Amino acid sequence: MGMTAIEKIMARKAGRQNVSAGETVVVEVDMTVLVDLQFAMMWYPPIRIHDPDKIAIVMDHAVPAPTIKDAEGGSHARKFAADFGIKRFFDVGNHGICHPVIADNGLARPGEVLACTDSHTCAAGAYNNAARGLGPAEIYSIMCTGTTWYQVAPTIRYELDGVKPDVVSGKDIFLYIANAYGDAPNFNLEYGGAGLHALPMHDRRTIATQGAEVSADFSTFEADEVLRDHLNSIGVADYVVAQPDPDAHYHTTRRIDLSTLEPYVARPGTVSRNGLPVSQLEHQKVDQAFIGSCANGQLEDLEIAADILRGRSVAQGVRLLVTPGTQAVYREAMRRGYLQDIADAGGVVTNSTCGACFGYHMGVVGPGEVCITASTRNFTGRMGSAGAEIFMASPATVAASAVTGYITDPRSVTK
Amino acid sequence: MNLRFTGRVWVFGDSLNTDAMYPAFAMKMDPPEAARQIFYEVRPGWTDEVSPGDIVVAGKNFGIGSSRPVAALFVELGVAGLVAEEFNSLFLRNAVNAGLPAMTLPHATSLFSDGDTGTFDLSDGSWRNDTSGVSGTVPTLPGFLLDIIASGGLLPRLVEQGYLPSDLADTLRSGAVAIRSAGSGA
Repeated sequence: MGMTAIEKIMARKAGRQNVSAGETVVVEVDMTVLVDLQFAMMWYPPIRIHDPDKIAIVMDHAVPAPTIKDAEGGSHARKFAADFGIKRFFDVGNHGICHPVIADNGLARPGEVLACTDSHTCAAGAYNNAARGLGPAEIYSIMCTGTTWYQVAPTIRYELDGVKPDVVSGKDIFLYIANAYGDAPNFNLEYGGAGLHALPMHDRRTIATQGAEVSADFSTFEADEVLRDHLNSIGVADYVVAQPDPDAHYHTTRRIDLSTLEPYVARPGTVSRNGLPVSQLEHQKVDQAFIGSCANGQLEDLEIAADILRGRSVAQGVRLLVTPGTQAVYREAMRRGYLQDIADAGGVVTNSTCGACFGYHMGVVGPGEVCITASTRNFTGRMGSAGAEIFMASPATVAASAVTGYITDPRSVTK
Repeated sequence: MNLRFTGRVWVFGDSLNTDAMYPAFAMKMDPPEAARQIFYEVRPGWTDEVSPGDIVVAGKNFGIGSSRPVAALFVELGVAGLVAEEFNSLFLRNAVNAGLPAMTLPHATSLFSDGDTGTFDLSDGSWRNDTSGVSGTVPTLPGFLLDIIASGGLLPRLVEQGYLPSDLADTLRSGAVAIRSAGSGA
């Protein structure tokens, strides 16, 4: 029987001919990424490690350090990098949220396995890579041994069709899917189909990143010319893609006609069966608007926000926070004038960090407040007080909402 | 940590997420204080009522969310094991790696009520509600995962394998202690 994309990578890395859902496999890991929290929350200097060239360190969740504990974590990371000769060390100044750092620096290669503690590691699935969150203890173990295990889950296939309207982004597509189909714990998600070629990499990255929000294991895209051209542009070569077999077995196949979609919003608490088109939402005032995170801190996300904010002002009583996904994105957005546009409109641009997305620093929300966010997660209490409400939408919807002061369909404010 | 555990059960609902168990503000605390925040909003005061040896029973999609080491906080409180109708796979992995026994039991929240006594054995998949007398079996986890749980978690095994200093062996048997190293480096 044929294999899905994930089953192919599992088989390849386990040294097997065939792998199917329900099996547990032990695999070789190609790249392991440690983040700052590992060093702040669970760190013992190891005696030996597997291979320093298969390790990267990214300072992202808590930079610049908001607590002494995080500052000490940074010291541990720097000492570890020096002691073991870790060359891929993205320290403060050259940092960013790990998932866009991974993507933009060619660490997630098609057909390979990438390991990282963070739950949004599934982001690298946009690169036809087998990546998922594994937790700090597992990452420590992989750093030492070079291997890990997976219980291979059944796969849900999303067959994309049609071309999305310009105003619709990867975020809207994901929120539509999450509302229509709900949670997928202990399932893999695979995206492909005739409509894939018209979906840009940044939208794929958002969709792959958010697989964690429906509790999925891996979310993986087929490889195509768009991916190959992108990888070529960042100097990634000599990879072997993992395309699903025509007779691969799927738990279920769902067809999505991208041309029928419109801007979507999720209500507070979860994205799962909890969304609706923005055009159908009641009048909903907001106190804070946030654009950032591994899902929506990309250059394209900032461009979309800047295009809406240019020549406009953030509504009185609303705080707009924008966090570029990486310092490289920050610098490029500065060169292109996006950050100027955002700041001129009254928005606050922060350094690149996970920050407000996980309610740790750089803009937490208070009791009774309403936040509209283009980030990863809208659980109760996620971004600060459990008494705050977090709606989730695309960067375009968040920027439009910041301008009007209530959750707004971006089609009503665009040029 | 034993693969067989008996204790008073606390029954929770579906889709308990990691922010409900290990909120961001608790990540700035040391583990003993952070553990007092578990279910701070879902069930305020629970951490004052739970006793060492108690068992958490949850519904579907238990532990959706972050990779933050929630299981270690349950260990800190002395929780003997987790039972759920369905686990998020990252959350399950974190439990195994913290040496915290975890069993998937369909209909668990119907089979158990708050205050019942339950007995669960991961080695053969057997379970029993000692209060109601209902019992059954479920499929077991792969043997190498049971070995990790029985070893007290993943880090103690890395000591045995020579990746970590041998003098850490006892310290690392508790997943909660494993995250207490914050800032100390030792």
